[in-house]
Amino acid sequence: MTNTETYNYKVVRQFSIMTIVWGLVGMSVGVLIAAQLAWPVLNFDIPWLTFGRLRPLHTNAVIFAFGGCSLFACSYYVVQHTCHVKLAFPALAAFTFWGWQAVIVLAAITLPMGFTSSKEYAELEWPIDILITLVWVSYAVVFFGTIMRRRVSHIYVANWFFGAFIITVAVLHVFNSAAIPVSMWKSYSAYAGVQDAMVQWWYGHNAVGFFLTAGFLGIMYYFVPKQAGRPVYSYRLSVVHFWALIFTYIWAGPHHLHYTALPDWAQSLGMIMSLILLAPSWGGMINGIMTLSGAWHKLRTDPVLRLLVVSISFYGMSTFEGPMMAIKTVNALSHYTDWTIGHVHSGALGWVALVTMGAMYYLIPRMYGRELYSLKLVEMHFWSATIGIVLYIASMWVAGIMQGLMWRAINEDGTLTYSFVESVQAMHPYYIVRTFGGAFFLFGAIVMAYNLWRTIANATPVEVEIPAPASAH
Amino acid sequence: MTFTLLQSLWSIVVLVTFLGIVFWAYSSKRKQAFDEAANLPFDDEPSKDSDQPFPQNKDSSE
Repeated sequence: MTNTETYNYKVVRQFSIMTIVWGLVGMSVGVLIAAQLAWPVLNFDIPWLTFGRLRPLHTNAVIFAFGGCSLFACSYYVVQHTCHVKLAFPALAAFTFWGWQAVIVLAAITLPMGFTSSKEYAELEWPIDILITLVWVSYAVVFFGTIMRRRVSHIYVANWFFGAFIITVAVLHVFNSAAIPVSMWKSYSAYAGVQDAMVQWWYGHNAVGFFLTAGFLGIMYYFVPKQAGRPVYSYRLSVVHFWALIFTYIWAGPHHLHYTALPDWAQSLGMIMSLILLAPSWGGMINGIMTLSGAWHKLRTDPVLRLLVVSISFYGMSTFEGPMMAIKTVNALSHYTDWTIGHVHSGALGWVALVTMGAMYYLIPRMYGRELYSLKLVEMHFWSATIGIVLYIASMWVAGIMQGLMWRAINEDGTLTYSFVESVQAMHPYYIVRTFGGAFFLFGAIVMAYNLWRTIANATPVEVEIPAPASAH
Repeated sequence: MTFTLLQSLWSIVVLVTFLGIVFWAYSSKRKQAFDEAANLPFDDEPSKDSDQPFPQNKDSSE
């Protein structure tokens, strides 16, 4: 094989740009529905603009469109660069791009129309589920096909995380989406009762664990060392981190079903495994942050690196909060309250979105052979996003704990102290603060989009030759 | 062989496997290979923007 082969940057470029586009769309919908909770009049009495239909649109857009496109882009980039080989099966890779965009567009049409399987984070109806399966299998073929053609013997740790993410999400999707179709846009789950709930949260929590964690840890393990100019703090720890996460995460789902019809032993198992999960999560966090040891001064001058490091800090924070909330007695207070929403967003905005944005600041200029248009704007994005996250999660902590306390408050004669609507009323100021938090975060994303657009305006995409691997490997 | 016994045995197998991975990862034999692996991301940019051509991490400084 000659060295004149070039990387397949086309598909990386396409997914990167759509990451930014879908990020803006998904976050805008998020701000709209946050505003609807504060000011319900904002649904304008139009059915397809109501919270119940737009909420799954928001979650699908930010998780699977924004997060998904970024995972495709980063994994395709990293696997080529660490294996020293062009992406396998270019036509299939192109299919994953167009297929995934079709899934997103279909979601954006069917969800506001009210077509939903009602499974959280898996709301899309069966014809779209089949398309997702086809795209995902193609993704696996392209990714693992590239790994098999690698020109270095070792498979870099980031690829292990991407590989686990791809395989596990395939299994989760196929089993959780198993359904009996009764018409084009209506199906019933293949499972019933508490089994259905358990399958749903086995899926739901592992979507967090493998889609939103393992995949983005793959991003961390490549882009943080690259941006810091230093290898990962401890490669051994990264190996242990990987296997500990894989062995543990899959069992944590039952913590979503505390005090339900699920058998007590299953609830306790979910709680214990969630607590154990703290160890690999923090091992990974320490590994990511300590990669900067000896290079801390770079944080002063490099806002992209700062974005990445703060994302790892939020990863540590939300993976501490998660196990705590999985403890049954804590969960008795936190479950069904806005505390959960705050927890999810400290992970989603703080960890997933910031690490993605850091990776996009790295990736997109390189796709066009340019330097970033403005570091000042990255700085502005960083502060806007950070303030937004803090406003969001702090208001939801207060709101959630207050809700939990109001719901459980009981008078001496055993009657409830507060009616439900009183707890809703008490939320109003916090819902307003949350809306502003989301708006700050969205503003940061708009600044990023402008910055990246100015970076690549009038630039032509580059073709980069694949260097030969160093002989040592 | 009951199902419960199988489950218990499986738990032990998985735990031992995991401990095996930990010992393997931290064995001194693997040190050099992992040092090289940690530097894989820098293989595509031959020391052009770094004053340290072969950056060191925690494992290699032990």
